Amino acid sequence: MNDLLRVHPEIRHQGLDWLKEPSPDDDIVVSTRVRLARNIQGFPFAFNATQAERASILDQTREVIGGLEMMGRVDLWEMSGLDSRERELLLERHLVSRELTMTPEGEVPNSSALALGNLRALGVMINEEDHFRLHTIRGGRQLLGAWNDLDQLDEELGVRLPYAFHHEFGFLTSCPTNVGTGLRASVLIHLPGLVLTKQIHRVLDGMGQLGLTYRGLYGEGSRIVGNLFQVSNQTTLGKTEEDLIDHLEILVKRVIGYEKQARSVLLREAPNILEDKVWRAYGILSHAHSLPFEEMMNLLSGVRLGISLKLIKSPSVGVISEMMIRAQTAHLQSEAGRRLDEIDADVFRARYVRDVLRTIDESLEEKGPETGPTGSIAEAT
Amino acid sequence: MDCNNCGDQHAEVTLTEIENDEMKTLHLCSTCAALKGVTVEGPSSTPIADLLAHLGGVSGCASSSDAEECEYCGTESSKFRQTGRLGCPQCYAQFPEQLRAVLRQVHGAAQHIGKIYLSSDLSATKPELELASLKRRLERAVELEDFELAANLRDKMNLIQGTP
Repeated sequence: MNDLLRVHPEIRHQGLDWLKEPSPDDDIVVSTRVRLARNIQGFPFAFNATQAERASILDQTREVIGGLEMMGRVDLWEMSGLDSRERELLLERHLVSRELTMTPEGEVPNSSALALGNLRALGVMINEEDHFRLHTIRGGRQLLGAWNDLDQLDEELGVRLPYAFHHEFGFLTSCPTNVGTGLRASVLIHLPGLVLTKQIHRVLDGMGQLGLTYRGLYGEGSRIVGNLFQVSNQTTLGKTEEDLIDHLEILVKRVIGYEKQARSVLLREAPNILEDKVWRAYGILSHAHSLPFEEMMNLLSGVRLGISLKLIKSPSVGVISEMMIRAQTAHLQSEAGRRLDEIDADVFRARYVRDVLRTIDESLEEKGPETGPTGSIAEAT
Repeated sequence: MDCNNCGDQHAEVTLTEIENDEMKTLHLCSTCAALKGVTVEGPSSTPIADLLAHLGGVSGCASSSDAEECEYCGTESSKFRQTGRLGCPQCYAQFPEQLRAVLRQVHGAAQHIGKIYLSSDLSATKPELELASLKRRLERAVELEDFELAANLRDKMNLIQGTP
């Protein structure tokens, strides 16, 4: 253990750095996430390991993780040391998976932990389905950068702890669907244009045929909300990591092209309807006093589209992404300092959203009318 | 209509194959269809356990060269077929035939061609492991034309090797 490791610090804004910087194609791509599944030699897979074995895996990791250059200073939280609200907070930031925080029996797993570096947004889940899930989240479309950093972290960790590797099957994982590279790259992409022009199913079917799969915001089995689609590679074996990343990158760029085309058709064919939709969403978000999460996500989708098309000048898309995270129930509860039932959460959510938008409006008014929110189609076309 | 392949389940997929210029039509249940690489909603929609449960009956893949149970963690071959999960990394070497069949269905391949892990030799001393890793990172940095990183890595290698 060393100075570069903080065990159980307070959860504040960790893991949200990706929201700050403008990033490539962030008018359409919200975020990029890449993960690698790894296991240590000589231990059963996490679900099959004894308490002592799981504890040993965590101990060995704790010994080395503070010294990884790629991660910088590391914060480490053991799931059993957090209350349910704190675990939910990490889940809502997509820093941990449901499986890391809860067993199928609904208990908090022993010796499951998250290590998060303060550099390059790199994290490691320990004793998840696999011993390690190395991951990173970036804003916008940043597949190659995310993969390169993760690859170097993988090299550093693999030198210190012996990975389970087989010359034929590659990196060995608990489930054969992850074996080989252990790589899953996904891109969260906002496609309101394709949804509104009813072309989305054609595009999604096409992606399926090309070996990609899509999910909702919260992963496998989750519903599509806010016109957000999580697109990722389906297979992990038989291709190099670079090929998997390149293939996804090419397809994502193509989808971005289709979405841009759909948006320009909407602007050309139905500018008034589009402008109304965008501003109506902005109006409801600015004035509602109760906002269910799904409704908020669908309205934020309208505002995000308006920002991308320059129908609304402010806030930035980064602010919208931040609202998507901070207006989730555990984040609202953390701000409120207490548990919120569904009705309370909707009220707190509406208040949070109103406050964010009012602060932005006020700061724009102070700067003068030229930079204020405006709704001119002519400017966008 | 019953599945033309297993005869047990209801056929949901019609598969038309052309073999030696002859067209052949098969009516298959979703699991047998998946085993032939045909999926209705994408490959991930077929639970891996279903694929495995079918392997013995369909193609005799529960091969005699596979162990009955993993000699390291005790996971039984039948349990793997039931749950689709392996007990420990050694299971891969214990059930290779079944795995190859499953991997070909799930990934369309059974041979890893990605990154090679060189540090698995535990008898190697730590500096050697570190050098091997640095060498791989250096090659990659050069490939990506990140020369600053490459110079850093080269310095570290020299430090370990004791050369100036």
